[in-house]
Amino acid sequence: MRQFVDQLIQNGYFAGAPKELVYAGAMIVAALVVLSVFVAPLAGVTSWLERRVWARMQSRVGPNRVGPQGILQWLADGIKNLLKEDIIPASADKFLFSLAPYVVFVGFLSAFVVIPFGRELIVADLNIGILYLLAVTSVVVVGILMAGWSSNNKWSLLGGMRSAAQIVSYEIPAGLAVLTIVFVAGTLSTQGIIKGQGWAPWDWFLFYNPFTFVAFFLYFTAALAEGNRTPFDIPEAESELVAGYVTEYSGMRFLFFFFAEWGNLYVIGAVATILFLGGWHIPAIPALADQPILKGGLQFAVFFVKAYFWVFVAMWVRATLPRVRVDQLMSLCWKYMVPLSFVCVVGTAAWMLIWPQGNRPVSMAMFLLGVVILAMFSKRVGYQIRHARPVLYLRPYI
Amino acid sequence: MEISTAIFYLVAAVTVGSAAMVAFSRNIIHSAFSLLGTFAGVAGIYVFLGADFVAGVQVLVYVGGILVLILFAVMLTHRITDVQITNRSAGRIPGLVVVAILFVLLVQSIGETPWAKAKEVVYKATTASIGDLFLGDYLLPFELASLVLLAALIGAVVLARQEIKE
Repeated sequence: MRQFVDQLIQNGYFAGAPKELVYAGAMIVAALVVLSVFVAPLAGVTSWLERRVWARMQSRVGPNRVGPQGILQWLADGIKNLLKEDIIPASADKFLFSLAPYVVFVGFLSAFVVIPFGRELIVADLNIGILYLLAVTSVVVVGILMAGWSSNNKWSLLGGMRSAAQIVSYEIPAGLAVLTIVFVAGTLSTQGIIKGQGWAPWDWFLFYNPFTFVAFFLYFTAALAEGNRTPFDIPEAESELVAGYVTEYSGMRFLFFFFAEWGNLYVIGAVATILFLGGWHIPAIPALADQPILKGGLQFAVFFVKAYFWVFVAMWVRATLPRVRVDQLMSLCWKYMVPLSFVCVVGTAAWMLIWPQGNRPVSMAMFLLGVVILAMFSKRVGYQIRHARPVLYLRPYI
Repeated sequence: MEISTAIFYLVAAVTVGSAAMVAFSRNIIHSAFSLLGTFAGVAGIYVFLGADFVAGVQVLVYVGGILVLILFAVMLTHRITDVQITNRSAGRIPGLVVVAILFVLLVQSIGETPWAKAKEVVYKATTASIGDLFLGDYLLPFELASLVLLAALIGAVVLARQEIKE
């Protein structure tokens, strides 16, 4: 991003304008492009896809009326919510009530600064990248507490409290899992971490050693909990808290919270891809060497598919698992995940002392193990699907 | 005025403004939420000083940890909005005297301090050098600080847990 603007300036564009002004303008343009071209459609399409996938897994049909397969449903929902009346409860704290969605949204959207889309496509490659990402996402907690308190409603307050307690707790295993990879990569920069890996799965940090393999699952579980996703969605548990901290919100402000939730799913997948799954690496193809645009597009596609796969897994988990209780949630985090993540950190440190360059045979063996686990899992899922015999027969496309 | 200077004054204004909100707001919840602006503003000033790692940790620890803890404490305290904030045990006159003395002292020391003007700030990655110093020259203070934190953690657990009587 920076180099690109520098090149433009060198080539005589924006002559006469102060350099800083050009940078500031470039930042604003980048923010608008990321928001309107990528994040907004992404969150919208994710909301539609989630409803479709979820419906299929429960033998229903799901939204399929607006556009082909219902893919424009999110636009219809967005327009509807924009036109709805913006209700602020009479006894709410009006200022904090209106501010809360924006705090949540800023915390979520700032994460996109350090998420790369390809080798050259990144808003800013900060050298504290992944730390920055952890830091800005913690602002979301303040927004959620703000929403919970200012609604002046016991369900909202309880939901906000639960959510904050959950996010603060699960930040620890997530942070330690990230730290494990930072050890291996030796840098905090997201691009630096990706460059430490390769295109082949056995070069990914996921298979670097058994500890990073475990750290991946710790990270994914903790991130789901931080994103208030089922099975960890007790902050908005419908059966007990109406809708948690969003109970009193309506119209566009309500949508902002869920915008952040669906967009956050992609952030989870993208961080998992950056840290564990080799990011945008593609094999070196000679034909692509002098075609930077095609190469960049391919890298973007590889990164997007990897990241979006985990969005799909999160939907799958949501459709499959029941909600955990509050005490189960806390004991899972503090009694199992936190000690296990410390084991991962210490284990990886020891591993790096013994094999500073990594251990290739172990990585290969880990990769084979991963393939075997995946094959067994697919076989099992296939068996279940064949023997479930749903009453309602669904064609693949309705 | 350069843009970076303008941004600096904006950040400073946000920091001081929200700090003033913390002190003067009649609503203790508003005070607590105003801390968000103060902490974020301080992180911004760290960025201006070229301390990238410290800025990240500032947001992570103060906003993600300490502010949330303060909010929890405020929200979970029963009828906290009814508590009389003004302390009546000391009257207004002694309070004014203390404030006046403190003010004079502060103005005096600010005036007498030779403020070194910062040289050109070098923006480079500080994370690695911080790590080297912590595990090199400053290993002992670092370990002592972590021991103190561990003791505080154990102390909190001991205070908070309920003994189960046989």
